Amino acid sequence: MWEYTEKVKDHFFQPRNVGVLEGANAVGEVGSLACGDALKLYLKIDPETEKILDASFQTFGCGSAIASSSALTEILKGKTVEDALKITNQDIADYLGGLPKEKMHCSVMGRDALHAAIGCYRGDSAPEDAIEGELVCECFGVTDDAIRSAVRENNLSSVQEVTDYTKAGGGCGLCHEKIERIISEVQEQKRGGESVSSRVHRPMTNIQKISKIQDVLDKEIRPSLQQDGGDIELIDLDGDVVKIALRGLCSSCPSSALTKAGIETKLRELVYPTLTVQEVSV
Amino acid sequence: MKTIYMDNNATTCVADEVFQAIIPFFKEFYGNPSSIHFFGGSVGREIVKSRESLAALIGASPQEIVFTSGGTESDSTAILSALNTMPDRREIVTTRVEHPAVLNLCKYLSRFKGYTVKWISVDKRGMIDVEEVRKSVTENTAIVSIMWANNETGVLFPVERIADIAAERGALMHTDAVQAVGKVPINLSKNNVSFLSLSGHKLHAPKGIGALYIRKGTRFSPFIIGGHQEFNRRGGTENVPGIVGLGEAAKLAMKNFDEENIRVKGMRDHLQKGLLDRVSQARINGCEEFRLPNTLNIGFEFVEGEAILMRLDEKGICASSGSACTSGSLEPSHVLRAMGVPFTSVHGSIRFSLSRYNTEDEVEFVIEKTPQIIETLRAMSPFSLETINTACTVQ
Repeated sequence: MWEYTEKVKDHFFQPRNVGVLEGANAVGEVGSLACGDALKLYLKIDPETEKILDASFQTFGCGSAIASSSALTEILKGKTVEDALKITNQDIADYLGGLPKEKMHCSVMGRDALHAAIGCYRGDSAPEDAIEGELVCECFGVTDDAIRSAVRENNLSSVQEVTDYTKAGGGCGLCHEKIERIISEVQEQKRGGESVSSRVHRPMTNIQKISKIQDVLDKEIRPSLQQDGGDIELIDLDGDVVKIALRGLCSSCPSSALTKAGIETKLRELVYPTLTVQEVSV
Repeated sequence: MKTIYMDNNATTCVADEVFQAIIPFFKEFYGNPSSIHFFGGSVGREIVKSRESLAALIGASPQEIVFTSGGTESDSTAILSALNTMPDRREIVTTRVEHPAVLNLCKYLSRFKGYTVKWISVDKRGMIDVEEVRKSVTENTAIVSIMWANNETGVLFPVERIADIAAERGALMHTDAVQAVGKVPINLSKNNVSFLSLSGHKLHAPKGIGALYIRKGTRFSPFIIGGHQEFNRRGGTENVPGIVGLGEAAKLAMKNFDEENIRVKGMRDHLQKGLLDRVSQARINGCEEFRLPNTLNIGFEFVEGEAILMRLDEKGICASSGSACTSGSLEPSHVLRAMGVPFTSVHGSIRFSLSRYNTEDEVEFVIEKTPQIIETLRAMSPFSLETINTACTVQ
């Protein structure tokens, strides 16, 4: 069982403001039944003063999801829309005296529902169309924008932390490489440096690329594959498409997609940022 | 508050008789069974007796029993031994719903050691298709490892028929019978099973003791290499109190077998009917016909398992859930997913597992309290039968 604070238990066993809110003029819905948690947040906002007069929720989820929803409605009452938008997931967790780190995504769900509700109030597009960015985690439907903002706001530094906060990467694990890339991009931006994607690269000839790719494969990639009984061969370079063949055990390994993504990351980092890896059977 | 313990597939209470039997072996008879002096040697005789009691429970002969630290060690020992003694065979056949002790070992062997694992699927009722197994076992199969009973749903697998298939192809047969021993009849003298794993703490013996049955004549390669203990098949000084406890627990299981299984099954069936009668939109996970007598896995739609467990716990009721949130893994149990339990109820699936220490009154209490809990949580949930058709588009 999780170590929940007394405040979490209190808000779980005696949740405040449960149910549909009569006269609500802002509704935000996030999550799904398939994902295991969902929150529908109702707000009644005074159009004159933009003050939140009342708030309620309906939640499907675990103890901390229900407690986070309850806490959020209590925090929101009496706040202006502008102040409400400043509420972070950490504020929700703090209000509850903290959440287990594996449960931080419950507080993130609260913040997301709040933003969706205010978006709805302001007449932005409906929440289901509001998904922005590129889908990174297919298991839980998390986009790069959502991961980026969680990493930025909570100063996350590992894939595990991103999973704790957003659920991204908690399923099949195939997106771990992408998540790592996002983390390092955000961290680099934070340090004031230019982002990885905008770094200027000197143009290279195909021959230069091939020799550099071969070098990286030999030194960085082959040794670890060989440890697992596999091997890799560079077949061709077609524009920016690096054609490789996985040998030995790698060829039948169910996680070869992961291996491929890892190789692509390394090559982009060390050789050229626009390279893509394609597995061919030769 | 009284604790109502209905999580006996997780672990069980040590029986009084077992506890009393163990006590003298801590301070009075603490000798090493391998010692030459009488003080240690007399302890060795107790191990012999325990081995006989345990062998009798599963229809084995005492020489076929090796004591281990528990189910996981027994599983690793059996599977790795088969691979070591049959180096030319590179395939393992197992199911998608095994306990992690087998599941993760097989994943490891596939990922890092180059073995091919053939994963047998289950149908909606959690059952496997014997014909699929027959097609999967080949001359290249070293071992077939299929659990006797599933820990989450209680579904029983046709292990004995599969053991015949394995034998026809010259492969070894292992079964993780941790949940089955003491609950369903097992007679190893009448089948082709080569290895059987069992665990003490699932049948009212302490944690940290288990056993592996190794059929006489089966080639064997030890997992823990050391002293001559356990006929050179498992090194390390014996866990004497654990072994004595397991022997006593085996005796009790045999003595109580018929009466207790009829009574426990009666209580489980009553609980199942009571909950289904009182809670709408609830469904049983797992085939009801071929199921352990003590296990009930029931999915409540539109509510989440951890929330149910926390509210049950508040009333003193201990159960468990296949929901994502309780495990910390984000995804619901691999067993329920493999069965294709609908996403409306997979997160709200609760396992009640009974033992002979439960009473009719406790069952009544659970039947009385659970419906209120589900109702409270459903009132909070944004989902219901009406909303579901519009709200969700995911598989």
